[in-house]
Parts: sequence; structure tokens; C-alpha cells
Amino acid sequence: MSTATDQPVAVDDITPSRSVSEQARLRWQRIRAGDVGSLPIILGVLVLVVIFQILNQNFLTPRNFVNLVVQMAGITTIAIGVVFVLLLGEIDLSIGYVSAVAAVFMTLRLRPPGGWPWPLAVATALAVVCLIGIGQGLIITRFKLPSFVVTLAGLMVWNGVVLLMIGGGGTVVIQDKTIIGLANYFLPKAMGWLVVIGGVVLFAIGRIQSWRSNRTQGVTTSPLIFMVATIFVVALAGAAVVYVANQDRGVPFVGIFLIVLLVGFTFLAERTRFGRYVYAIGGNAEAARRAGINVSRIRVYVFMISSLMAGMGGIVLSSRLRSVDTAAGGGDLLLNSIAAAVIGGTSLFGGSGRVISAFLGALVIATVNNGMGLLGLSAGVKFVITGLVLLTAVLVDAITRQGRQQSGLA
Amino acid sequence: MAEEPILFLQSVSKRFGAVEALTDVDFEVRPGEVMALVGDNGAGKSTLIKGIAGIYPFDGGQMFWEGKPVKIHGPRDVAPLGIEIVYQDLALADNLDVVANMFLGRERISSFRRLNEAEMEKECSETLKSLSVTTVRSVRQAVAELSGGQRQAIAVAKAVMWNSKVVILDEPTAALGVAQTRQVLDLVRRLADRGLGVVIISHNLHDVFEVADRITVLRLGRRVAVLKSSETNQQEVVHAITAGKLDTVPGMVVQ
Ligand SMILES: Nc1ncnc2c1ncn2[C@@H]1O[C@H](COP(=O)(O)OP(=O)(O)OP(=O)(O)O)[C@@H](O)[C@H]1O
Ligand SMILES: [Mg+2]
Repeated sequence: MSTATDQPVAVDDITPSRSVSEQARLRWQRIRAGDVGSLPIILGVLVLVVIFQILNQNFLTPRNFVNLVVQMAGITTIAIGVVFVLLLGEIDLSIGYVSAVAAVFMTLRLRPPGGWPWPLAVATALAVVCLIGIGQGLIITRFKLPSFVVTLAGLMVWNGVVLLMIGGGGTVVIQDKTIIGLANYFLPKAMGWLVVIGGVVLFAIGRIQSWRSNRTQGVTTSPLIFMVATIFVVALAGAAVVYVANQDRGVPFVGIFLIVLLVGFTFLAERTRFGRYVYAIGGNAEAARRAGINVSRIRVYVFMISSLMAGMGGIVLSSRLRSVDTAAGGGDLLLNSIAAAVIGGTSLFGGSGRVISAFLGALVIATVNNGMGLLGLSAGVKFVITGLVLLTAVLVDAITRQGRQQSGLA
Repeated sequence: MAEEPILFLQSVSKRFGAVEALTDVDFEVRPGEVMALVGDNGAGKSTLIKGIAGIYPFDGGQMFWEGKPVKIHGPRDVAPLGIEIVYQDLALADNLDVVANMFLGRERISSFRRLNEAEMEKECSETLKSLSVTTVRSVRQAVAELSGGQRQAIAVAKAVMWNSKVVILDEPTAALGVAQTRQVLDLVRRLADRGLGVVIISHNLHDVFEVADRITVLRLGRRVAVLKSSETNQQEVVHAITAGKLDTVPGMVVQ
């Protein structure tokens, strides 16, 4: 145990609220033992930002910051689904083209004359990709096939379906204002402030309530000052983002969309039975089964979530381009989405990772792409750098994990 | 001690391909008794338990619960009857903390379908305390951070927490030191005194004689004896286990 220096204490000896110094000591102990959480990746982003700013003065501008948010939106959305799949210890290679299926399906339904209203087009497109995910999940669980193979087949099939749907058309333009607005609408300045203040207030209320209910139930809580500090930091970060974005076009609507997804899926992963079961299956599927959890059903749901998030991401990407074409869902989309989850700290072996890793990893990838783009570097250089970033991320994870194992924390 | 068995298996069988792991085995446990299940490696003890647990179905035979025939289709059917099982290969998820493991599959829910972490943590701490499991530093530790003995304690505590009628323990003391073995055996006795039926698998005859009321002996997938521990001795049990090839085992108390 990392705490080997201390005598074990009885469960009833634990004080309901840790003192500040004890909490800080526990944190520090865990960091020293290699349990660094999101620390390396945040440092990594900072390093990248400094490098790009030195190389090109246009990097750290409000305009580029807003661009960055819009650029990372699609991959972040898809990578949230990837996190769930990786938590199970599975993989989904079909997400690239599944995202294109949703985008193309929606675009074709919107096309005048006789175009559907956008809510109907979007809902049907997402329903279709959900069915795809359920189908793939059922095949994987019923026939006990590796997800790698089944979703590899999916990759090919959905690539073909996208080409068939678009036909000889080449490019189909999106004309629906709302759909285009998804990635191209910016909140008016006052609205941006209103949203961030509302968000921070909700966050603070949630934190305070759970702290107080823990407190009254006599459960271990972190000290009050830590909770206050967290709220303060979140408020500060929110204000900074709105301030910077308002120097340019304002807060992108898609940024709010990402935050909502992030909060919603973090809730699903960490506060519900479903999420608990996903972690349990990734950690020890047999234990989960013996605990009476319907492992197959959870797996199918996760593949559905993966397809659903791919579909949403596809719609975001098509909104940004204002069109879909035969190349939709191809290129480096699949690999970038998986890389985002992994760079963000989600393990490929299941049972370890968080939804926020999709966000952080996508931020890294978008930063690299954006910075390289500003420097006018070729696609080749971009791939090499992204690859090295991925390698560094997994190396840091492996090294800190060794530290954890040595101190019995793994 | 009640005379009617709460759990009764009638001539159950199980094959794994060419291996006949269980052949026409009868087995019973009554409320308030500790029934030991002994036999050499590969005798079929774990197979019997896993059949009861619904991990895999028996090929033949019938299971009775409180006198009525029941059919187990999967692990989910077992807990509602009131049967809890602690496996030899502990069924704990290493990446989850103690609380999450204790409540796995039966999480408490509060408003908005949120996990009620506070309530679960509190109940978990209380259960551990009531069982005198005092070496676990924090119930918010991941199970991977615990020692073998601590993990065993968590697994036993988990089984006990659910007011079950029968608790089955597959070699609960195999990895434990002297003090923790003592605690688990005391715990087993306490459970039976509360009126639960307890099944304990063990290779340690000393432990078996200390805690069990009756002993079922399996050999090569067949039940070869059911003995009252007050009316038998270690020598007789060893004889039954080994088909008379051995009369003593190291450390045995010979009368
Ligand atoms: N899943 C399985 N697949 C194939 N054979 C199995 C399986 N499980 C058990 N067996 C076989 O069934 C027989 C009984 O095994 P079991 O695990 O029940 O023994 P046991 O009495 O628990 O032994 P031990 O004391 O070593 O735990 C053995 O021959 C074993 O090889
Ligand atoms: Mg066994």
C-alpha cells in the first residue's frame, strides 16, 4: 500500500471530513505514487501552446481559440463514445463511417424539394445509427466474436453504404439554417456571459448539495476549502473562456453543446448503475456476471452509445463543412477519435478512463492540427507529430502505471 | 437445528467434455448448520458450487429450495432465493473501490437514478465494522490496493451483507494468516448461530473440524460420505477423501 508508513486504522476511526492537510497529503502521496490523473495531459497542452505561440504569433489569438473549439467538436463527440467502448476493453472501428452514415442520411432527408424538418431528419439519422450500433453489439455478444473483427466488417460495409447513398452526386450541400448553425453559430456577447454564469451557479449548487448531504450522512468528504476552490477555478476558467471568445465572434454554440455532452456522459459513467456496470465489466467481466449483471445487454448498449456519438459527431462535422461528400467519415477521423480517448488517458485494456479524456485528447489533437496548419506544415509532418504525441501519451501512462504498481496502487 | 434441508440437490451431474466432474451427487444443508464440503483437488467441489450459483447448468438432477423444486437459469436467479457465494477466485472488480464491489449489481439509487454513494458507503462501513473487519484503511480504496486477506474479508462481508439464508464459501481461509483465519471461522460460526445455512469448502481439516457440524466428502465427482463431525475423526475423513490410500496427512491430529 502507498500508505504503508501509517498504521492501518479501523473503518470507524475515519473522520467524516478530512482535514486540509490530510487531504493534501493524500493527494500528494497519490501523485508521487504515479496516480497523476489528467496532470500530464494538461501540461502537454500547455507545452504545445507555448511551442506554437513561439513559432507563430497568430496561435494565441481569440480568433484561433474560437476556431480550435469548433475544430475539436466533431472528434470530441465521437471520442466520448470511444471512451465507453474502451472502458469495456472493446474497440469500435466502424465509428468513422457510421458518423458519415448519419451525416449523409440527414443531409439527404433535408434536401429540398420535400425536405424534412431538421428535428425529424436528425432524429431519424440518429435512430438509424443507434440501430447499427445495436446490430453490431448483438452480433458481438450473441456469437462471441471479437469486436475488432465485427466492427472492421462494419467499417467496410458502412463505407460502401455511404458511397451508395451519395451516388454520383459527389457533394451534397446542407441548406438548413439550424443544422449549419450547430457548428457556425456564435452566441451574442451578453448571452455568452449569461450561459456561463448559469452554468457555474448550477455547478456550485450541485457541489454544495452533495458535499452537505455527504456531511449529514457522516460519509468521508474532502474539506470545505477544496470544494470552494474547485468552484472558484471553474468559475474563473468559464469567465476566461467567455471573455476571450467575446473578443472574436463570441462563444461558439458547439462549445456549449460539448460541455452538455461532457457533463451528461460523465454523469452516466460515474453516477449511474449503468456506468458502474461498464467499469465493472471492464475490470472483471466474470465478477460482473456473477454479481447478476446482464453483461451482454450492457455491451450492446455501449456499442449503441458508440454509434450514437459517432452519428452526432458526424452531424457536427457536416455542419462545419456545410456539406457532405464521398470522402465523409474517411481519412484520419477514426484513428483521431480513438487516439483522442487514449491520449486523454483511457486505457485500451478496459476498466480505466473517464469521459473527460475524450475532451482533453481531442483538445491535444486539434491543437496539433491547428498549430501545424498555421505553420503551413504538410499533412505528412502533421501525422508524424500526432503519432509521436500519441506515443508519448501512452508512454507516460505506462511509466506512471509502473509507479502505481510498485507502490501497490495500480 | 432444523431437520428439513433448506437447500437440497438430488443426484446432480456435470460433464466438461470428456471429464465427468460430478456424477449423481446428493448434497444438502440445513438452516443453522455449517456443512463442510471436502475432497481432493479436482474432486468437483467448485463445480458443485458453480452449478448452485447458476454459473453453468447441471446436466442432470434436481435442486430443491425450502422443499420446492427450483430451476436456476443464471447467476441472477440465485441471490433472490437468498443464496450468497464467495468464490475461490474472488469475484471482485479490482478497478472498483470497496463500496462499489460490496454493492455490485445491487446499487442503491437516489433521485434522478443517481447512485446513492453516501448511503452505500455508510452501510458498507457498518457491515465491515459489525464483522470486525478493521484492517481496511478506507472503503474508498480500490480493491487492487488491498492484501489477499483483506480482499477475502471484503468478499465474505459482501456475502453476509444481504441477509441471505445460505452462504457458500469456497476455500475462504486458503490465503489467510492465522489471525484472519480465526476471524473468518468465527464469522462462519456466527452466521450459523444466526440460523443461516453455511457451506464451507476447505482443504484444511483442522479448520473443518473446528467449525463444521457435518462433512460431505466428494471423490472424483462422486459423493462418498456424509459424516457428523462429532461422530468422526480426521483419519476417517482422510480415508474417505483418498479412498484409503492415505491414513494421515501432515499436521493431522491422530487419535
Ligand atoms: N470450466 C471447466 N472446463 C473444463 N473442465 C473443468 C472446468 N471446471 C472444472 N473442470 C474439471 O472438473 C473437475 C472438477 O473441478 P473442480 O474445480 O470442481 O475441483 P475442486 O474440487 O474445486 O478442486 P480444487 O480443490 O483444486 O479447487 C476437474 O477435473 C476439472 O479439471
Ligand atoms: Mg475448487
